[in-house]
Amino acid sequence: MSRIVLKGRKVVGGASEGEALVTRQTISTWGGVDALKGIITERRHELRDQSFAGKVLVFPSAKGSSGWSTMAQVIRLAGKAPKAMIIREVNSLTAIGAVVMRAPTVTDLDQDPTEVIATGDWVKIDADKGIVEVTKKV
Amino acid sequence: MKLARDEQEMLDGKQGRAKQRGMEILAQYGEALGAERLIETNNVHLLIGFHPYPEMVTARDTDELVSKFFLDTDERIMVDYVKCFNTTHIWAMDIDRWQAMGAPESLHELMEAIRKYCIRTGISITATCTPYQVGNVPTNGEHCAWTESSAVPFCNAVLGARTNTETAHSAFAIALTGKVPLSGFHIDENRLGTHLINVELAPGSVFDWNMLGYFAGETVQLGVPVYNLSVPGTPSLSMLKGLNAAGASSGGIMMYHIIGVTPEAPTTEAAFGGKKPEEVLSYGKAERKRAYENLNSAKDENVDMITLGCPHYSLEQLRDVARLLEGKRVHDNVNLWIWTAHQLKAIADRNGYTDIITRAGALLLTDACPLVTKDIFPEGIRIVATDSAKQAHYTPGVAGYDAWFGTMEECIDCAVTGKWRGELR
Repeated sequence: MSRIVLKGRKVVGGASEGEALVTRQTISTWGGVDALKGIITERRHELRDQSFAGKVLVFPSAKGSSGWSTMAQVIRLAGKAPKAMIIREVNSLTAIGAVVMRAPTVTDLDQDPTEVIATGDWVKIDADKGIVEVTKKV
Repeated sequence: MKLARDEQEMLDGKQGRAKQRGMEILAQYGEALGAERLIETNNVHLLIGFHPYPEMVTARDTDELVSKFFLDTDERIMVDYVKCFNTTHIWAMDIDRWQAMGAPESLHELMEAIRKYCIRTGISITATCTPYQVGNVPTNGEHCAWTESSAVPFCNAVLGARTNTETAHSAFAIALTGKVPLSGFHIDENRLGTHLINVELAPGSVFDWNMLGYFAGETVQLGVPVYNLSVPGTPSLSMLKGLNAAGASSGGIMMYHIIGVTPEAPTTEAAFGGKKPEEVLSYGKAERKRAYENLNSAKDENVDMITLGCPHYSLEQLRDVARLLEGKRVHDNVNLWIWTAHQLKAIADRNGYTDIITRAGALLLTDACPLVTKDIFPEGIRIVATDSAKQAHYTPGVAGYDAWFGTMEECIDCAVTGKWRGELR
């Protein structure tokens, strides 16, 4: 089993691990997600109908609506939050979104996480240290 | 993140619990952004009158409800008076005509409770996605903190003011404290262009600017596009409103330049700060056609509902739609709802536009929008038609309806005939 270690910085602290769900497309939680079910609903999104609940969500960043953190909070209250988030490039929406999601989150990694990590890989995150350990799915 | 003395005082609770909670959120937010410090602001566009699932938390009163949702804490925090000048984003329904749109009494009661909260705490209720149409017009260089993804590029690109797309949580914390993290579009270098888009067609209508924005958002995502118009011209407020909303739906455009039009782009060189664009793109016939096709998710020409005014219709659009509806009658099988800001409706009332719209059998509504009132729509809606790329983009994901996208004229034709006959011309 091959292992990769990525280094970056904390967005929201904490440690967690889980199976990766990876997209190279940006996400709008408001208007693109069913927050109560934890499922992507955007019509032309590559993760459409897929659930991020309990996964390590790996994505480039947020697009779209300023309802991002409203929906991130709803996702958390509904118990559908990802175990952790790995964001390639944090912007205002993902930063405050991660804060209210209260999920360990990292960004600014030394390699593009949406390239290095594949859906199904096992990912361990120590957000306080900014370290991501990826065990590739065989 | 380094805190100045007054910021540390707020964090230590020396200026009351509400400011302390605001500063706690900002400290986490600033760190999440990687910001070095906070800067001053006195212009916030808040999101407080709408929540998609208000029943999600239990609260004894509005202070507890607002604390749970917008201050993200189970502690009941009393807000005395919000520090910053502010306006508010859309509310969950038309505050005055909630009965005409079929909103339940319970929602009216909730909105009244929030309205009283706003009055008590110094929050200005504008209830619009277009604050720049109704009394919040930032000045060149002003640091702001705005919610609403379509208003943000208006603030940044059109007015030369500075904001990131803030949210319910960040905007409230900023309004309480008067501080915003120094990051993103508050910083000069981040405002420079990243992608050059050579616009080969002359976008001469709101319809066309919507499609250009939709193409750009999908293509540049979080970039700063620089539009180079092959046919020089100055777009109107209604056109830029469409461009902004579309680009912040298919992508996350918060800032852009139009060479020779927007204030930070007198020349191509200025727009890019002398740097080379990361990518050079063309917007021509093929790209326009693809944007149009991506926006049209409907197949059935029998339409149930037409909604206009996303973002809130401008005075120009209200005048035009009244002209199109004069002497016409909305088909029995369809509903036509037109959305604008409360203040613009007052002008529409005075000018007789509201009478014309109402006589035709349509509703002129304010304060909310089709994307947040789907649960209040008349029953049996399957197909929606709109002249807004933003609404056409979100409708399938938000409401599960398919959408037709076209011009205002095509939408009114559809309202009168009940059939969608739009096409790309």
